Amino acid sequence: MLVKTTKWELWIVAVATVSLLAVLPSLNAFTAPESLMHVSDFTINLYGKYLCYGILAISVDLLWGYTGLLSLGQCLFFALGGYMMGMYLMRMIGDLGQYHQPIPDFLVFLGWSRLPTFWEPFSSFAFALVMVILLPAVLALVFGFLAFRSRIKGVYFAILTQALTYAGCLLFFRNDLLMGGNNGFTDFKFIAGYDLRNASTQRGLYICTVLLLLGTYALCKWLTATKFGKVQQAIRDSENRVLFSGYATAHFKLFVFVLAAIIAGLAGALYVPQVGIINPSEMGPDKSLEAIIWVAVGGRGTLIGPVIGAFAVNAMKSWATRAYPDLWLLFLGLTFILVTLFMPKGIVGLPAQLGVVKQRFWPAKPVVDESKPVVVEEAPLTKPD
Amino acid sequence: MSESHKFILMLEEVNKSFEGFKAISNLTLYMDEGELRVIIGPNGAGKSSMLDLITGRTKPDSGKIEFGRDTDLTKLNEAKINQLGISRKFQTPSVYVDHTVFENIWLSLQGSRSVWSTLFSRVTPERRDRIYEVLKIIALDGKADWKAGALSHGQKQWLEIGMLLAQNPKLLLVDEPAAGMTDEETHKTGELLLGLEGKHSIIVIEHDMTFVRQIARKVTVLHQGTVLCEGKVDDIQNNERVREVYLGRKKKN
Repeated sequence: MLVKTTKWELWIVAVATVSLLAVLPSLNAFTAPESLMHVSDFTINLYGKYLCYGILAISVDLLWGYTGLLSLGQCLFFALGGYMMGMYLMRMIGDLGQYHQPIPDFLVFLGWSRLPTFWEPFSSFAFALVMVILLPAVLALVFGFLAFRSRIKGVYFAILTQALTYAGCLLFFRNDLLMGGNNGFTDFKFIAGYDLRNASTQRGLYICTVLLLLGTYALCKWLTATKFGKVQQAIRDSENRVLFSGYATAHFKLFVFVLAAIIAGLAGALYVPQVGIINPSEMGPDKSLEAIIWVAVGGRGTLIGPVIGAFAVNAMKSWATRAYPDLWLLFLGLTFILVTLFMPKGIVGLPAQLGVVKQRFWPAKPVVDESKPVVVEEAPLTKPD
Repeated sequence: MSESHKFILMLEEVNKSFEGFKAISNLTLYMDEGELRVIIGPNGAGKSSMLDLITGRTKPDSGKIEFGRDTDLTKLNEAKINQLGISRKFQTPSVYVDHTVFENIWLSLQGSRSVWSTLFSRVTPERRDRIYEVLKIIALDGKADWKAGALSHGQKQWLEIGMLLAQNPKLLLVDEPAAGMTDEETHKTGELLLGLEGKHSIIVIEHDMTFVRQIARKVTVLHQGTVLCEGKVDDIQNNERVREVYLGRKKKN
């Protein structure tokens, strides 16, 4: 089957791959810090974080843009993946913590003298990785099964997912869950034997993130071009038609929901060692809403749009929270409103939109191809939902 | 009715209420295999509710709905009922607007509907031929690459009928196929449906009496959720009670 990719997209992906995977890490590793060409460790770390957000944004778009499922709780899966990795990282601190005990500091603080049983297997990196995938997947499977079987749709689905992530947030705030409570996990030292405080380890994590992003992109590119992907988009546009055409739409939605949860979980697992902290606020409903805005700004229903949106909005956030710390949320809200009103297809849709404007004011002479009937297809600016 | 007779569809003593409103009451209807049946009735007569019941969108409060010899439809969901060979066209055209005309038919082709099968399904030459065969019937073979959203209203209606045909159904349920069509399009639609007669059993719900006269063999009039009368078009139009509830009311409007 032909995977349709526009020239533009191909170029953007190619340039982004080369610069993110080869140029940036090389400039970080092989140039002197005084050099103008030098990319600082801070920048690598920051980009690693943005890339994790980019992967998360793709998972949001897989649900929202491609299947019409507005999930306002995608950060729950992101944070759960992060927590699973965090448990391993906490075990790797060993007795280097403040209390110099063989168990994590917060457990000592809570009066524990030995490790709770469910913490035991997290000394294994492999086990933690399995859990990074398994926990979000199982939660998504159970929640999705119940929600889709009951045919919960649209705004009700959005509200339920938001409630779910909020419930997760409240649960992880509790000290007796033994997951670090309010403070979460931090002060990590090692990952798979490498010191997290070394620039080379951070660079390695950054490269892993780029690879995960590319892998996610390729997987979704393939998936959305298969018949499955076509059914997925058909569900978005006319679910009844799909259902009355013999497809059990609940199965398809469940598959996408679980897949998106796994992708988000993996992104979270790479996010935590790079950012150095995970706490329940990552599950707050506001985080998931931000992810929705990245997708809207970048362009939903495309695969590069969400990544571009995640970068653009977070770059703006980095700047605005320093320059106008009080006004950041207003900026964010305003961006969302403006994008929804004037750029329904986001940044990715801008060239086409500008083309329409250009055509209106400076109409180009139509090139008449005698062999084909001319079809003037006006791209609708807004899609009736 | 005699047991030996071969009915494709049988509704017996079916009842359905929505919050006290009796949408379907003691509805009994038999349909022969290969028959083209037109169902008419004023707004709220229960025409679409009846299709909802047959296709599993709603479940009856009481009564029997059977397909073929002995398949009880009241126990099955929409997807399962469709897989038995019952396809439904909605009142407003429901096509996948972001997909091409070709893809719309492709997704509707008879075949496995499981998640795994769709992950690895390909457009084989046989499938492509079948898709173009359907596109020819609905006169959209020249627009295979068009996005369905770019089609005219009438063409969307045809595309949806094509999507049903691609499923190769035993029973076609067509809800107001001519709604919003020009006279010429309506006429073409009528010819299309007449061409399918015999190959499929077809139920058509329609308001447009010119259209009904064009295609109708046997007409069933629904009123207040139950069958008022059945017969040939002329008999129906001359029937006093039908005039009273249906044609009379239509004049007032």
